[in-house]
Amino acid sequence: MRRREFMSQLSSAALFGASTLTLAPSARAQQPVRVWTDATIWTGDGEVISGGMLVVTGERISAVGKPGPIPPDAQVTNVSGSLITPGWVATETPLGLVEVELESSTVDAHPRRAERSDAIRAGQAAVDGYNPQSTLLAVARRGGVTSAVSTPDSGLISGTSAWADLLERFPSTPVVREDVALHANISELPDATRPLGFSRLRDALQSARLYSRSPDAYDRGQTRDLELSVADLDRLSRLFGGGLPLVVRVTRGADILRVLSLAKGYALRLILSGVEEGWTVAQQIAAARVPVIVDPTRNLPATFSALRARRENAALLSAAGVNVIFSPFDAYAAHNLRQLAGNAVAVGMAPKAALRALSLEPATAFGMAQNYGLLAPGKVASFSVWNGDPFELGSWATEVVVRGTSTSLRTRQDLLFERYRDLSRVPRGRAG
Amino acid sequence: MGAFCLLVAGVGLVGACAPPVAKSPDVAPPPPALPWLPSGDPAPAATSPGSPPAGASPAVALVGGTLMTGTGGEIADATVTFQDGRIVAVGPRADVAVPQGAQVIDVRGRFVTPGLIDAHSHMGVYPVPEAAAHADGNEATRPVTANVRAAESFWPQDPALSHALAAGVTTLLVLPGSANLIGGQGVTVKNRPGRSVEEMRFVGAPATLKMACGENPKRVYGERNSAPSTRMGNVAGYREAFRDAQEYGAKFRDWQARHVSWQRKRRAPREDEQPAPIMPDRDAGLETLLGALEGRVLLEIHCYRADEMLAMLALADEFGLSVRAFHHAVEAYKIRDVLAARGVAVATWADWWGFKLEAYDTVRENLALLSEAGVRGVLHSDSAALVQRLNQEAAKSYGAGVRAGIPIERGTALSWITSNAAWALGVEGQTGSLEPGKMADVVVWSGDPFSVYSRVDRVFIDGWDAYDREGAGRRPSDFELGQGAEGARREGERSPAPVVPAPASGAAPAATTASPPAAQPPAAQPPASQSPAAGSPAPSPAPAPPSPPAPVAPQAGGALP
Repeated sequence: MRRREFMSQLSSAALFGASTLTLAPSARAQQPVRVWTDATIWTGDGEVISGGMLVVTGERISAVGKPGPIPPDAQVTNVSGSLITPGWVATETPLGLVEVELESSTVDAHPRRAERSDAIRAGQAAVDGYNPQSTLLAVARRGGVTSAVSTPDSGLISGTSAWADLLERFPSTPVVREDVALHANISELPDATRPLGFSRLRDALQSARLYSRSPDAYDRGQTRDLELSVADLDRLSRLFGGGLPLVVRVTRGADILRVLSLAKGYALRLILSGVEEGWTVAQQIAAARVPVIVDPTRNLPATFSALRARRENAALLSAAGVNVIFSPFDAYAAHNLRQLAGNAVAVGMAPKAALRALSLEPATAFGMAQNYGLLAPGKVASFSVWNGDPFELGSWATEVVVRGTSTSLRTRQDLLFERYRDLSRVPRGRAG
Repeated sequence: MGAFCLLVAGVGLVGACAPPVAKSPDVAPPPPALPWLPSGDPAPAATSPGSPPAGASPAVALVGGTLMTGTGGEIADATVTFQDGRIVAVGPRADVAVPQGAQVIDVRGRFVTPGLIDAHSHMGVYPVPEAAAHADGNEATRPVTANVRAAESFWPQDPALSHALAAGVTTLLVLPGSANLIGGQGVTVKNRPGRSVEEMRFVGAPATLKMACGENPKRVYGERNSAPSTRMGNVAGYREAFRDAQEYGAKFRDWQARHVSWQRKRRAPREDEQPAPIMPDRDAGLETLLGALEGRVLLEIHCYRADEMLAMLALADEFGLSVRAFHHAVEAYKIRDVLAARGVAVATWADWWGFKLEAYDTVRENLALLSEAGVRGVLHSDSAALVQRLNQEAAKSYGAGVRAGIPIERGTALSWITSNAAWALGVEGQTGSLEPGKMADVVVWSGDPFSVYSRVDRVFIDGWDAYDREGAGRRPSDFELGQGAEGARREGERSPAPVVPAPASGAAPAATTASPPAAQPPAAQPPASQSPAAGSPAPSPAPAPPSPPAPVAPQAGGALP
């Protein structure tokens, strides 16, 4: 394990401590124990356990497998005929940063007034805007999403994302890790050509490297003038040495190769996002061991950068050995992650890889796999119970557990439905 | 004049063709014909040089599949036959005769449905790739542009069209955008490749008029500090436009009356003979609006909120208008009693929501509730991406209804993207269901169309082979040639990697995939045939992998294309 990764996991553990996820041994005895029995369990890495049992103690999974002894005082739920999967992770959406997209007062994912499309906002962090009471979260959760990489968007560099668990209660500590990754966009910036975009990106990285070599010298004014703010430089400098991943939204095959080259030059931990033409350079992406975030239904030549978009993109990337993550790139559609998986399988992606693309791969790419992504002892207990194949359109989650707690599946939408289920009980203004 | 008279025959108002001077002094002279055609240019085949060869399609029999008729029925082990552009017979295999010489396609294990219909599309007017040069969907230069027609923006080389075809979509209503209060006429097209919109036009489809409520028009014009900038400004704008149209009609009726009395006077020639009354100036937009007032033009209204839909119905009453369908209509469930009583269709999505405040109150059960209340529900796309998954979106809405305990049938869910959509377009007598006499617009699916794993295998439009996944595949548009269009062909092919284990052969259609009903037991067991790869767990968690289509076997001398 490289030192940096080790360090980042340590800091993650520290954050868990702060959020009481890891309890002291003295408290362990009082932790509630829940057991789900007689389930088909997809552990998240391809393993399928029939008639399986899942035991959760507090916020963690304590056992997964064939039926075994049930702890005394455990609350037991028989879910015969149901299927349990790890919770999905929504990436590359502004979940928690936007309520009503066209109402700028509710948007914290990008500037409320237009600014240059190649702006650099590395210092801006999603955690400062994350709204754990957004109604979008429950809608996503009802679709099996238990964690979100809440992600700012637009600009050349959009800012840093945060890993949040979609907890129901408030106040709580939904943000498990601040500054999960830094996010950038390179294809089709309206104000910047590709050469200008890359130039500004390199310039930012150079400045950050200079700054990171001696922040003290910078503070003493002994560094050359750097255009960026201290907050920007500080966040950017965390990209080096295997620190924060850099997520780059990129579409065109040729642009992907340029981004791979740039990341290699600075030894960055790169994640590619969008990647509509990824299949044209799948071998190169695989060789660079870079994970990709894709919407497997994007098959249209929607822009001149995506003329080679095709439906089998995810399947081909996966077959080439690339670790694939799914995203709808839309906070309002996070609940449809499973539909994306089904569509990928329909055109040839291995079902095992499609399942990994919803939980294990995002957890791994964003450095959270120690605690998330699998149903395994010691992992955070975030999972869903389904009444059928979760990739199918007619199935639904009957229970969604986030960090050990069963959540309500009644969203604001469900409350509206309940109110209007019987129209005769809806007020009509004046009598008659 | 003769040809002109033929064209105006059928105009409901006072239109009639007659020689300018009547012979008999006892009969009142007829008024002059109104100069406008029925709006929307029905474009009779005789005047449309590129009109499709619908009359001559070969005899085809799809044998042994599960038929979903589009009007609610589902027939196992059925046969559908079609010829000369029309469906000939539909029914259980034992009851349907296969015509001699017909091309027989074995569709056992597969599903057959009507061609899908998208009641709200901007393909061709907002084509891909996104390009300033092709953004032709909103004439956003003034809020009322009833004079424009989507047909005259339509780019038939939009690559998205063939993708929609490969997803089973055979008929589209292409509408202007929603920037304007009154955005202009839509155009109904059959989704077969053509060199112009005229070659694709759905011959005989009624004219449609796009209107838009709510946030879009008031935002577009409000930001320019011009009217409308409020919802009350929106309604004032519709009202003024329809009043203008009423006055326009009155002006022409007055002209007709004056013309009649002028002719009467001419019978007694006098020295001071007056010239004929001059026809009023014409206005294409007002003629379209007049068409709406007279019921010749169907109103398709973009409207999200319940209260705004009711306001539009009040406006309709003010002018004697009839609303054909509300589009988007995410709050339709709140007023489904009124919509049912008024016979207004609702075209909406399965779960798009929240992106603007008027779309905040979506419920997933919208379509199920509407159907339960007797409203014609339609699932539309408004998107070149979503149009490729109309079946999946219908399946989601169906599943939401089942989950909520709303009594609803699978066939009803299919009607949202077939027969009900046809009604919203006014072409329900022509297409949207598998019934003898209807246009032979037919889709063959690899499995249950409501399964995420099913693919479109074959599409027929007017009886002609329009798409064959295992055959020629998707036909890329001219634009795509030489820039990745070879990928288009690959899309028609099977999986790039054969990772899905083959299911048991001869699987019954019902077993191909988990179908939406709640009663369906979860199929969670991985197929027993899966052998764990060296040291790794079973590779496939998918319970029921998509079944490859049954082999297509030529029979009865029918050569396959």
